[in-house]
Parts: sequence; structure tokens; C-alpha cells
Amino acid sequence: MVRITTITIGSGLGLALFAASAQAEWTVNLTPGVTDVSRSVFDLHMTIFWICVAIALVVFGVMFWSIFHHRKSRGAEAHNFHENTVVEVIWTIIPLLILVGMAVPATATLVKMYDSSEAELDVQITGFQWKWRYDYLDHNLDFFSNLSTPREQISNEADKQEHYLLEVDRHLVLPVDTKIRFLLTSNDVIHSWWVPALAVKKDAIPGFINEAWTVIDEPGIYRGQCAELCGQDHGFMPIVIEAVSRDDFQQWLADARADKQRVTAAAERTWTLDELMQQGEQVYLRACAACHLPTGEGVPGAFPALKGSAIATGEVAAHIDIVLNGKSGTAMQAFRDQLSASELAAVITYERNAWGNSLGEAVSPAQISRLLEPTTGEAEQ
Amino acid sequence: MNTLDTTLHAGEHGHHGPAKGIGRWLFTTNHKDIGTLYLWFSLLMFFTGGCMALMIRAELFQPGLQLVEPGFFNQMTTMHGLIMVFGAVMPAFVGLANWMVPMMIGAPDMALPRMNNWSFWILPFAFAMMISTLFMDGGAPNFGWTFYAPLSTTYAPPSVTYFIFAIHMMGISSIMGAINIIATILNLRVPGMTMMKLPLFCWTWLITAFLLIAVMPVLAGVVTMMLMDIHFGTSFFNAAGGGDPVLFQHVFWFFGHPEVYIMILPAFGIISQIIPTFARKRLFGYASMVYATASIAILSFLVWAHHMFTVGIPLAGELFFMFATMLIAVPTGVKVFNWVATMFRGSMTFETPMLFALAFVVLFTIGGFSGLMLAIAPVDFQYHDTYFVVAHFHYVLVPGAVFAIMAGAYYWLPKWTGHMLDERMGKLHFWLSFIGVNITFFPMHFIGLAGMPRRIPDYALQFADFNMVASIGAFIFGLSQLVFLWNVIACVRGGEKAAARSWEGAEGLEWEVPSPAPYHTFATPPKLPESQR
Repeated sequence: MVRITTITIGSGLGLALFAASAQAEWTVNLTPGVTDVSRSVFDLHMTIFWICVAIALVVFGVMFWSIFHHRKSRGAEAHNFHENTVVEVIWTIIPLLILVGMAVPATATLVKMYDSSEAELDVQITGFQWKWRYDYLDHNLDFFSNLSTPREQISNEADKQEHYLLEVDRHLVLPVDTKIRFLLTSNDVIHSWWVPALAVKKDAIPGFINEAWTVIDEPGIYRGQCAELCGQDHGFMPIVIEAVSRDDFQQWLADARADKQRVTAAAERTWTLDELMQQGEQVYLRACAACHLPTGEGVPGAFPALKGSAIATGEVAAHIDIVLNGKSGTAMQAFRDQLSASELAAVITYERNAWGNSLGEAVSPAQISRLLEPTTGEAEQ
Repeated sequence: MNTLDTTLHAGEHGHHGPAKGIGRWLFTTNHKDIGTLYLWFSLLMFFTGGCMALMIRAELFQPGLQLVEPGFFNQMTTMHGLIMVFGAVMPAFVGLANWMVPMMIGAPDMALPRMNNWSFWILPFAFAMMISTLFMDGGAPNFGWTFYAPLSTTYAPPSVTYFIFAIHMMGISSIMGAINIIATILNLRVPGMTMMKLPLFCWTWLITAFLLIAVMPVLAGVVTMMLMDIHFGTSFFNAAGGGDPVLFQHVFWFFGHPEVYIMILPAFGIISQIIPTFARKRLFGYASMVYATASIAILSFLVWAHHMFTVGIPLAGELFFMFATMLIAVPTGVKVFNWVATMFRGSMTFETPMLFALAFVVLFTIGGFSGLMLAIAPVDFQYHDTYFVVAHFHYVLVPGAVFAIMAGAYYWLPKWTGHMLDERMGKLHFWLSFIGVNITFFPMHFIGLAGMPRRIPDYALQFADFNMVASIGAFIFGLSQLVFLWNVIACVRGGEKAAARSWEGAEGLEWEVPSPAPYHTFATPPKLPESQR
């Protein structure tokens, strides 16, 4: 019986491995990365790994030699020794020396990683449940970066693409050969911003501003993920960096700022109800559906339903208020800085007219952009 | 011979035997009954937490969401961790201590038998309360077993309050258990058994008990601060109210790191009993084993922030915690070297307990190596919160703590039940577990290094292959534990009669009493056997 089980498990495993290997490569090690620091980290990792392997060979070697030679079935007689101070001292001192040998390069690398002085570009990174906001300080540009993998791929209704779960709607564009300082904080819970190719992982903590820095050597796309459990969609807030030449970066900055102005201008024209509903659905699925669900039914006890809710079918002012300013003490965020005026108007209109909520009224982008004017607190009325 | 006489004498009195029916278990103050209760409870929790682990591995078998929603996935990872740490591993060690400590030191029972009853009976209620949260609105705790604020306070489901009270109850139970073990070992040793003649299992448990008393109140403190933040308007961990989310982590890990050693020191003790028995040779370096255990315990209070290298502590802090953590490798290394030196030039046989003990030495050491790698702060930035960490702590906890518990169970089962184990079934369990555990956890090193964060319900395609392998391994390991259950039940029900000294090379007072051990042992103090004088 035992043999049959082994064979079944064995062949099952073989089959599964064969099927799986068609899918992707078998990565087994850390990436050396594309920065000076990431390469030092990689070298340190390999050095310590090989030291561990060497120690393991010696210790397990002696152990298996004993298991083989000093077994009763081979007629081994137990020797009667059980103490030796010299040996004990030796195997306390030698590991200590090896550790000192490891600590020296480790300290040097750590000191280097902590020197964030003389940065040429500051990027503030804010963690939100479940997206990142990038603010190019001194360049009047900020935006959110959301997961762009379609829901159908996650729920297995469509084929998964190459960068499944590691793709976003807006890349964090950075120049190469430039010392960039990241300032990390969070809007809600603790997140952790991690890009393996840069060997940068730093927690984004509400009420704190953490620092990290990098100098990227090669243009390219580098992907990472949130590393600290931050709630339900922790696995769905990737990071994508697009490293470009310094000239391209300046060009990109100018284009991005022009785009931002076009979006602001769009709020001033008149939108039809259909237009708003169409855009609203997109915004809803991107920004709201994670908690309130695509059906608007929410999760009892955790996230309230919007379908037929008092707010989404009641006074429009209260509805606008909660979307713009959030509800403190809950997971409901303030979206006034996260979405543009037309996106806000569209999503509120959508919530009031979808899933059987049928108020028939449209909230106009112009109405919202008046509420978004500089003096905060106006949205209260 | 003196020993045998006293135990037989105690057995003659009918009213000294166990009570009848359920009352025996509810009101018992007998260390053997309470030990049995702890061990069965722990096994039940092991299977409960194991089912949750299998649910996690089933979801991770392939990329995409197939079986559970992300919210429920987080509840599973949280409950799996809490149940395994507080429900499976810790009660198993307390159960072993209850059974074996009095018998090893020649005491008639634990020093505080009524408290012993209470410390067990709190546990089923604590876990009933915690598991009931799965059926509440908003679901069970979903913020990981480390429950970092503010995810576990401002953003927590309402069931967090039940979780807090359950933790309080578990803490009370642990502290009472620890007090009992300290009182027993310090006061009830047979005359002539000086501290430096104490069996190592008792030594490691004594040190563990002091760790428990030191850190369980810290855990109680941190959950109470959460309770205050959630219900009474304080802002310990709420940045918006002037609080500090990082404070939570400092307090939690001041408990959490010693907790890690609470789960491994008694395992060291068990292994130090088993290897000499089956090598037929005295433990090498007894004194240095005791000092190493004590050093590990002291160092465990000085390394907590190595769990927090990425929170942004200052350079000097990073360096201090890195160096202190690396130092732990020294006493841990001494222990491994001593075990190997005990085997060297022994006369070894490989019964089931010894197989588990040898697997412990090898696989725990692998977990130790990855621990050393994680201690190096600049490299930890790449490992932190990835599957590399998951691989590391499962290597020290599953083939570490859990294998040691199984080794101990197989080693002492003849003493408990009076029957020898069916060695063929024992070896089947060992090999299935050994293969399963490695197929499960070894590939996690690779996916961690390749960049997969922990605690995610879905992952990018480059992690698919090794995740599939790990899931297959998990089911092999999980299902093979049914063989363990079978073995224990079979051993209770029958089998070859076990001698008082059930294993050829076994030394110590527990092997001087008959198997199964009578309900009351050592009503009068025995004489220390020749080998221990």
C-alpha cells in the first residue's frame, strides 16, 4: 500500500511540475538589481550564503559520518566522553570570528544605504489602501498609480498577461544617473514600498516620513509590490518604475503637467448623463469596487452597501461630502485629492443611478470643481 | 528498587485512582491527566490550524483567485498563525512538561495542582471565543498574527474585541502554567538532584517559564492599549491623535521575539533527552548546554527590532540590533555542535523518535542559517516580508518545534500508554512528514528571493511554479499527520507491552517507574539512580 501511495504521489508531482514549467522560468535567487547599492546587497547576500553552505557542509558532514559509522548495527560501541572545555571554547570563538567577518561589510553597506544627502530629485510616496500616490516635490506634479490588471484576469475569466498583477495605470517615471530621494508616508495603515531591482524597501507609516534613496544606472521598467499587510487588497497594489534618460524625463514632466491642465479644463464643459455614467463606472471599478463591490452590495459588517443606501439615494450634498471628505475612523477615504472634478462628478452620478438606485439626476463636474477650490472645509455646506 | 516499591504502594489505594466519567477530566488535579488534556487539545488545534494552512495553500496553488476572497484569505493567514502559535505549539510543550517534569525530578505532582487545572481549562474557552469570530459580521481578525496597528485598531473588523479578550485569557493560562513549572522545578526536586543534575528538558522549560512570565504581560499590555484605542478614545497607536503606530511594533516584538524562543527552547530540551538515549552515550557538554540556553534567553530581550529593520529606525539602532541578533548564532551553534558531538562515537539506532530528532537538528539548523542571513540588516531590506521569511520561520517552527514535539510524543508514548509504537507506522509518518515539509517550505526560499511578498492571496506569474510545488508538499505534509493521529490512537489502544525502561539507552527517573506510569508516582521521594548521582 505504501508503495502505491508513493508512486501515485510521485507521478502526480511529476505531471504538475511538467505542466507548470511550460508557464515560466524557475527563478531561485535575488536580483542583482540596477544600482550600486543593490549590487552590494546582492554580493553580501551571496557571501553570507556561501559561508552558511561551508559551515553546513562541515557540521552535517560530521553528523552524517557519525550516523553512518557509529551505528549499533555496524557494531559500534559507545565511547564514554561527554565534556571537553577546549573544544567548547574553540567552537564558541570560531563562529564569533566568522560573525565579525560578516559584520564588517554589512555595516559598510548599511552606512551607504542610510546616506540620503545631496539628492537632486525628491519624490514623496504616499501609501493608500490600495494604491500609491507619487508627488514630484518642486515640480508641481502628483498622481495616483493603480493596479491596471483587469478583474477578469484575476477571476480567471480571461487569460493572464505577462505582467499580471505587476502593471499599473501610471508609471513612476524617474531619470537615470540622478540621486533620487524618496519620502515615504501613508494616508491610512502601514504599507511598505519595495522595488527589488533598487534594493529599496521602506515602510510607509501614517504620521511618519521615512527616507530612502537610489541612483538608477540603466533605463528600463522595474516592478515591485507593497510588502506590508495593509488589508484586503494588499496583494493588488504594485509599483512600476519607468527609468528614462535625463532629457526624456524633462520632456515627460512637461507633458504630464500639460495633461493635468487639460483634465482640469474638462470639468468646465457640460457633460451628459450618459457620459457621466460611462466614466463613472470606470472610476467606480477602479477606486470603489474593492470595498463596496462591483455590485454595490458591500460586505456586511465591514463595508456598507451603496445599493439602496440612505446616502446614495438621499440628499446629494451629503453624498458629495462623504466622497470628497471621507468618514474619519473608517476605511472610507477622502477622494477630493485623489480624483479629478469630472471623475468625482461621474462616480457620484454613477452611484446614484446604478444597481437600481435611480435618482435620474446628474452631478456636474463644474459643481464639484467649485467645491474643490482652495479653501478647504467649504464642502461641508 | 526503592522507587518501584513506593509507586506500587500508592497504587494499592483505590481512592487514589482516577475519578469516573467526565468529572475526571473537568476536576482533575493530576499532572498526568492535565498533561493528557493539554496534548489532545494541542493536537486538535494543530489539525484546525492545519486545515487553514491547506486552505491558504489551495488558493495559492495557481495564480488568480479560485477558492476564497482576499478578505477571507487574510482571516485564514491570521487565524492559522494565532492557532498554531498559541493553540498548538505552546500547549503541546506545557502538556509535555506536565507529564514529564514531575516524573523526571521525582516529584509526586506539580507544585500547584489546582491552578494547573485552571490554566488548562481556560484554553478551550479562549479558543472557542477566538474561532467564533469567523462567524461574526465583518469576519474574523484579518490583520495577520502580528496584528500591526492601525490595521488592527482603526481599520479592524468589530470582532477584534473578542480577539483581544481571547489573547488575555491565553496569556493568563500561560503565566499560570509557567509559575507552576518554576515552583515545581525549584521546590520538588528529589534530594540529591542539584540544579546542575537537572534533566535538560527541565532546564530548558525552567528558562522558558521565566521568559513567559516576563513577556506575556507585555502582550497583555499591547492588546489592552488596542482595546483602549478602539473603545475608549485613546490614541496610543493613532497618528492622527498624536499616537505612534511604530510604538505598537516595539511593544509587540518585545513580546514577540522572546515568544519565538518560548517555542524553541523546550524543543532543544526534548532533543537533548532523545539524542543521548539513541546514541547510548551521555549528552556532550551538559553545562555548556545550560549556559547556551540561558544566553539565548537573555539575548532574546535585546534583538526585537530586527523584525522592524524597514520601519526607519536610526542607523545606530539598526547596527545595534543587527550585531545583537548575529550574536545569537553563537550559543545556538554551541547547541548544535554538542548534539553532533553526542552522536560522534556513540552507538546509534534509528527508532522513530531518533529520526525526528535527527531531522530536527538538520532542518532547524537550515532555519538557523536563513535566520543569520535575515539578521544582516542591509540584506534584510530585500528579504523582509517576503516568502524567504515565511520559509525561515516555518523551518524553525515546523521541522523545528513541531518535529521536536512529535519526537517527544513518540519517545514518551510507551511511558504514557504502556505500549510500544508500531515502528513501521512511525517510520512511515516520519518519512512522509520529512519529505512533505521540505517540498512545502524549501521552494519558499526561492519565491521569496525572486520577490514574492508574504500574505498575498494572488501572485505574479513568475512565482507560479514553486507555489504549485509548495502546495503539493503542504497536502502531503498535512495528510501524513493523519498517520500520526492513527499511531497515537493505536498506541493508546494496544501494542507490544512496554518495559519500564522502554528504550535501551534511556536514562532518568521517568524510566524507573513502570509503563504505563501509575496514576500516582513518587508519593515518597525515590533515590536518584546510579547514573545520575
